[in-house]
Amino acid sequence: MARYDSLLDACGGTPLVGLPRLSPAVPDGAPPVRLWAKLEDRNPTGSIKDRAALFMVRAAEEAGRLRTGDTILEPTSGNTGISLAMVAKLRGYRLVCVMPENVSTERVQLLRMYGAEIIFSPAAGGSNQAVATAKQISAEHPDWVMLYQYGNEANARAHYETTGPELLHDLPTITHFVAGLGTTGTLMGTGRYLREKVEGIQIVAAEPRYGELVYGLRNIDEGYVPELYDASVLSRRFSVGTRDAVLRTRQLVEVEGIFAGFSTGAILHAALAVAHEAVRDGRRADVAFVVCDGGWKYLSTGAYGGTLADAEDALEGQLWA
Amino acid sequence: MAIEVRIPTILRSYTGGAKVVDGTGDTLADLLTDLDSRHGGLRGRLITDAGTLHRFVNVYVNDEDVRFLGALDAKLSDGDSVTILPAVAGGAFGFAAAAAISSHGAAAAAISSHGAAAAAISSHGAAVAAR
Repeated sequence: MARYDSLLDACGGTPLVGLPRLSPAVPDGAPPVRLWAKLEDRNPTGSIKDRAALFMVRAAEEAGRLRTGDTILEPTSGNTGISLAMVAKLRGYRLVCVMPENVSTERVQLLRMYGAEIIFSPAAGGSNQAVATAKQISAEHPDWVMLYQYGNEANARAHYETTGPELLHDLPTITHFVAGLGTTGTLMGTGRYLREKVEGIQIVAAEPRYGELVYGLRNIDEGYVPELYDASVLSRRFSVGTRDAVLRTRQLVEVEGIFAGFSTGAILHAALAVAHEAVRDGRRADVAFVVCDGGWKYLSTGAYGGTLADAEDALEGQLWA
Repeated sequence: MAIEVRIPTILRSYTGGAKVVDGTGDTLADLLTDLDSRHGGLRGRLITDAGTLHRFVNVYVNDEDVRFLGALDAKLSDGDSVTILPAVAGGAFGFAAAAAISSHGAAAAAISSHGAAAAAISSHGAAVAAR
């Protein structure tokens, strides 16, 4: 289908494309091992988060939590913020994002373009201050609605009802599904659906391993696991460092012409690991993985050019996925 | 040849500041016991009184999460690389969202206990481009 009543109706239904050059070669007579990329950058605002944003807003509407003209407050400056801004605009809500004033200008421009209001917290206070600011705003405006993607079941349900069925329809022979682990919504929803339908399917998580700054907790007990996370849905979980993520992101555009963000590189790294294992074991494999977004928003990092070491330095201390 | 173990910043007080230490053991449990003999107290930060891995600790053997490899029974070989990290899935803004919503009263009590984490992680994160 290529005609839709509105942009919101065009969410999902993304192409699944084969990667004949990146798929590992198998010996003569051995069963095929194939990689498939689910192009989530083809969603309305260019990322997989459109699915979750749309489902979370619809769920809040159905529950009576959101009525036309209401305000959504979300402390995010990334893809979810951009998706929510678009959905809010088309559904008649106001979106307020709280973020530190030192985030990249692309993000600020994108959010403003989609009509979101931004409340900046001082750069010196970091996200710390953004949290305090968001708390304060919440307290002052109890009628504003926080969707909270890390614990919102509609986030995972979006993938149970759309991403999972799309994959099975396009690739009935799927053996592995590989996606990024952030809110965990993609893996929980798609994983549950595919486990119900495909015997023996492997659900594989690729988790970004950031620079040390990002893990600057004072104590282990300050750790955090999203409420949506259920380890029993996963088969395996890989931690992928910045260098490997950058290497694979570049390889994806150089070899297959797919220009993606760095979280996709991390996912491809894990997908290649399971694909090569299948080759070693002489097993057939159809490995589908998620391309979360395009590389446009990350060009200013400079990490698409220069040496891998330069790119690693450029991304040090950033949340690149 | 030994097993190389990467220690996160918050646990380096147990290793005299060392980022990487060597250890031996056929399983993760053995390795942690071996490490504790030289870095007293480290094991106690990673394993609960019930004898399982701490909820907010992730351990990876050659970049793969040990919880899917048998947890403390995960098999190890010489030359393996073990990485210990605190659980921060979702990145710093995960904490931000949790902390912000906890004051909103809409979240479960469990979430609000993470409020302190947001402050802790973000105090290091002024240069972090949060998503």
